[in-house]
Amino acid sequence: MDFLRPTDWAGALAAKAAHPDAVPIAGGTDVMVELTFDRRRPDRLLDLSGIPELRRWETGERTVRLGAAVPYRAVLDHLAGPLPALALAARTVGSPQIRNRGSVGGNLGAASPAGDSHPALLAAGAEVEAASVRGTRRIPIDAFYTGVKRNALAPDELIRAIHIDRATGPQQFAKVGTRNAMVIAVCAFALALHPHTGTVRTGIGSAAPTPVRAPDAEDYLTGALAGAGLWEDPRPLPEAVRRRFAELAATACRPIDDVRGTARYRVHAVGVLARRTLDRTWDAYTKGLTPCA
Amino acid sequence: MRVTCTVNGRRQVADHVWEGESLLYVLRERLGLPGAKNACEQGECGSCTIRLDGDLVCACLVAAGQAEGADIRTVEGLAAEDGTLHPVQRAFLDTGAVQCGFCTPGLLMATDELLERVPDPSDADIREALAGNLCRCTGYEAIMDAVRLAAARRAGTGERA
Ligand SMILES: Cc1cc2nc3c(=O)[nH]c(=O)nc-3n(C[C@H](O)[C@H](O)[C@H](O)COP(=O)(O)OP(=O)(O)OC[C@H]3O[C@@H](n4cnc5c(N)ncnc54)[C@H](O)[C@@H]3O)c2cc1C
Ligand code: FES
Ligand code: FES
Repeated sequence: MDFLRPTDWAGALAAKAAHPDAVPIAGGTDVMVELTFDRRRPDRLLDLSGIPELRRWETGERTVRLGAAVPYRAVLDHLAGPLPALALAARTVGSPQIRNRGSVGGNLGAASPAGDSHPALLAAGAEVEAASVRGTRRIPIDAFYTGVKRNALAPDELIRAIHIDRATGPQQFAKVGTRNAMVIAVCAFALALHPHTGTVRTGIGSAAPTPVRAPDAEDYLTGALAGAGLWEDPRPLPEAVRRRFAELAATACRPIDDVRGTARYRVHAVGVLARRTLDRTWDAYTKGLTPCA
Repeated sequence: MRVTCTVNGRRQVADHVWEGESLLYVLRERLGLPGAKNACEQGECGSCTIRLDGDLVCACLVAAGQAEGADIRTVEGLAAEDGTLHPVQRAFLDTGAVQCGFCTPGLLMATDELLERVPDPSDADIREALAGNLCRCTGYEAIMDAVRLAAARRAGTGERA
C-alpha cells in the first residue's frame, strides 16, 4: 500500500488524477474501521489531513464555505449561528473523540443514508464544491446522493468545500436512536424555515436508500403558510396543518427493515420527528427567535 | 514507511510501518507504549484515547502516516518523571474508579482534557465529555466521583494546565 500525503490542494488533485483508485482519508473515522476490519484493501491512501485549507471555513453574506475536513467539533463550537441544523446534527455524531476528527466532507464521501450531516444540508440548502485537475464544479446537494453509499463524484474528483446557505429562519434537526451518545440514526429529520423566500425545506436520514427531501410535505407547508398569510402575521399553526405535514413527510420514506429498526417504525418515527421539528421551528419563528448571525 | 513524531515530549521514530495500520498499533507494537488500550478498534470504546496535537482522539482511528510530525500525548505522559501520579490518576485511585483498569487510560486522558477546558464541570459536562469511553466494570458512579474530586483538588491547589 502507498500512503500519499500532499501538503497542498494542487498536490492532492494531481495525486488523485494520477491514481483515481486512491482512497481519500480525512478524519479517518470511516476509512480506518474499513481498513482494520479488512472490508477494504486499497492500493493507495490519499491523506488530506496535511492540507491546512481543508480545515478552514469562511462565513460570507449568504453562505458559509466549509472546508471539506473541518471537524464536527468546529461546526458545533463556531457555526451554530449561521448553520443551526448542521450544528444540531454535529452535536449528535458519535462521541467527543469522533467529533474531533470526523468531518462533513467525510460524511459526504461515505454517503451513508444514515449520515447525520445529510438531512441538515438538504434542509438548509447546499452545494458541494468538487474539484479535479480538469476543473471545479458545484454539485447541488439534491443531486449529490446517487445510491446507497454512492455519490456524484467522478473517480478523479475530491471534495474541496461545502457551500451551505446561511439560516434566515429557525432550523431543527432530530434523530431517533437507542441512546444519546454514539448511535447511528434509526431515522433523522431536519427542517429549515426560509422566511426570506417564503419556503421550507426538509431532509430525511436513514429512511430511504439515500438521504432525501420530502417534497410533498415542503410544498404543502409552503402553500399553507403563504395561503393564510402566516409569514407576515405569525400565529400558532392549525392542528390540521401540523398533522398533514407529518403525514406527507412520512410518505417520502422508502425504508427497509434492518437491525436498527423496522420499515414500519421508521415511517412512523419520521412523521413524529417532522411534527416535532415543525412545532419547534414555528414556535421559534412566532417568537421572533431567528438565529443570530 | 517511516513515521516520526513526538510522543510525551520525546522524538520517536517507527520503521517498517505498514501504510494501513493505525497510530494505536504504532504506539503499542512499535514504540513499546502499551498504555493506550486496544479493545474495539472501531472508535466505540475510547480505551485507546490519546491527544493528537492537543485534540482528544481515538488512536485506533488515526492512520499511522497521519501522525507524521504530530505532537502526541498518551497516558504514559501523565505521571511525573519520578513516578508521582498526576492529580487525575490520584483521584481515580482514591475513589475506587479503577477495577480491571482496561478503560482507565482512556478515561484519564478524557478527564484531563475536560478539566483543561472546563475546570469546574457540571455532572452533565462530565457525562458528555466521557460519552465516548466505555467501562464494563464500575457502573460509572465511581468515575463521576473521581472527576469531581480531581476538579475540586485542582481548584483547591489553583493548578492550571
Ligand atoms: C464510533 C463511531 C461513531 C460514529 N457516529 C456517527 C454518527 O453518529 N453520525 C454519523 O453521521 N456518522 C457517524 N460515524 C461515521 C463517521 O464518523 C462520519 O461519517 C464522518 O463524517 C466521517 O468523516 P471523516 O473525516 O472521518 O471521514 P473519512 O473516514 O476520512 O472518510 C470517509 C469517506 O469519505 C471519503 N472522503 C473523505 N474526505 C474526502 C474528500 N475531501 N473528497 C472526497 N472523498 C472524501 C473517504 O475516501 C471515505 O470514503 C461514526 C463513526 C464511528 C467510528
Ligand atoms: S480501541 Fe479505539 S475506540 Fe475502542
Ligand atoms: S474498570 Fe474494567 S472496564 Fe472500566
